[in-house]
Amino acid sequence: MKRRVAVTGLGAVTPMGVGAAALYERWVAGEVGIVDGAGACTDFEPSELLTVKEVRRLDRFSQLALVAAGEAIADAGWDGGLPYDAMRIGCILATGIGGIQTIENQHDVLRDRGPQRMSPLGIPAQMSNAAAAAISMKYGLKGQVFSLVSACSSGAHAIGSALRMIQYGDADAVVVGGAEATLTTFGFGSFNAMQALSPTGISRPFDARRDGFVMGEGAGVLVLESADDAAARGATILGEVAGYGSTSDAYHLTAPEPSGEAATRAIELAMADAGVGPDEIDYINAHGTSTELNDVAETAAIKRALGEARARKIPISSTKSATGHLLGAAGAAEAVATVKTLLARVIPPTLGYEVPDPDCDLDYVPGEARPLLMANGHPPTAISNSFAFGGHNVALVIRGSHG
Amino acid sequence: MATITAEQVEARVVETLASFGPDADQITRESTFEELDIDSLDLVELAQVVEDDYGVVLKGEDMKELKTVGDAIDLIVSRAD
Repeated sequence: MKRRVAVTGLGAVTPMGVGAAALYERWVAGEVGIVDGAGACTDFEPSELLTVKEVRRLDRFSQLALVAAGEAIADAGWDGGLPYDAMRIGCILATGIGGIQTIENQHDVLRDRGPQRMSPLGIPAQMSNAAAAAISMKYGLKGQVFSLVSACSSGAHAIGSALRMIQYGDADAVVVGGAEATLTTFGFGSFNAMQALSPTGISRPFDARRDGFVMGEGAGVLVLESADDAAARGATILGEVAGYGSTSDAYHLTAPEPSGEAATRAIELAMADAGVGPDEIDYINAHGTSTELNDVAETAAIKRALGEARARKIPISSTKSATGHLLGAAGAAEAVATVKTLLARVIPPTLGYEVPDPDCDLDYVPGEARPLLMANGHPPTAISNSFAFGGHNVALVIRGSHG
Repeated sequence: MATITAEQVEARVVETLASFGPDADQITRESTFEELDIDSLDLVELAQVVEDDYGVVLKGEDMKELKTVGDAIDLIVSRAD
């Protein structure tokens, strides 16, 4: 029998503000964190939240991760000390790109002053595992600690991997999430060159007028624990990561495979892992990037995985309508938002969605938030999708608390 | 090149170390790098500042022996002569 995995802590720094509450509550209220075509974490002041040494040694993606992890760890009630053997607590902190601002800064130094003047802190700041290492060192987590990289599904892959780590018994708890900070000259230039970004700067997933994603930055972190151990220590159970499925398209570097075959399989695998069927899914937190191709392929995959009749009855919304696309942090921040949705039993809307696209013909929760109706009694259950450049597909099944 | 005084070097070293994290008023000649939480990566950055300002090249093996802020100041002053 698989060990069940509880969510006991949530943390986020997003364009909606610092904190998991800001992310969910502002989204539910219909507020958008995107300004001038970018989802920047403008409320995030590193020097107010981190030490001089942390600010100096960490790239922005790690700074965002460390603050989100601090919130999640405090939320889990771990701030008085770790509840398990430190060697049995892991940390997976994923990123799509890593410390790109650091690379840009050090490249300036290299060009202007030569290799002898490059900082010894350059590599340890830009390396993709820097955030995981920083969290591990700050909180004394001595189990499996690493990053993983799969572009826009990085955060969701991290959560799936953490789930397996606990299910398999390799860890009793994992601090897991994703972080990204690519709102840099190089980041905008590169994504613009791909013609991936919205020229209008509007993120309106599934709307017929959608024209690309809006790049954002941020971090989302969850504390996952063996459900039995969490219950035994009297932790507040916020939800459960119940299932994980992951496949790849093997099709194209950036475009999703249009039929959604492999994405469908990822959703099916996640439901099978959780032991739930389509009738038990009450909500889908979509990947919903606001790109022409993703939103059609995702709609197709949802219909194939859940059956068209059932798919039409499930409310679907995209966090990216409020935050923009947090890339490697997206899956984690959206998992945080999904747990909050199931806790509050209120589904946030897909903001900006007004004009239906015939190829995106499901219920995307237009307009305002609405109550979450449990199709099959308690506890409510959701799917959170993440898809990525490279053709990677991840689905998570997240169950709400029994409350 | 004008003569470099120990006082000038001390002021520059304290200023640089303070930018790495510790409070400036916590840094004395007797402070150990360990108690200031200054590690080998910080010392490489300090060495870059020292080379820029005083033309003194400090290598890894030079830095390894340094235990206190005073040790670093004395080494820099002696090399700058």
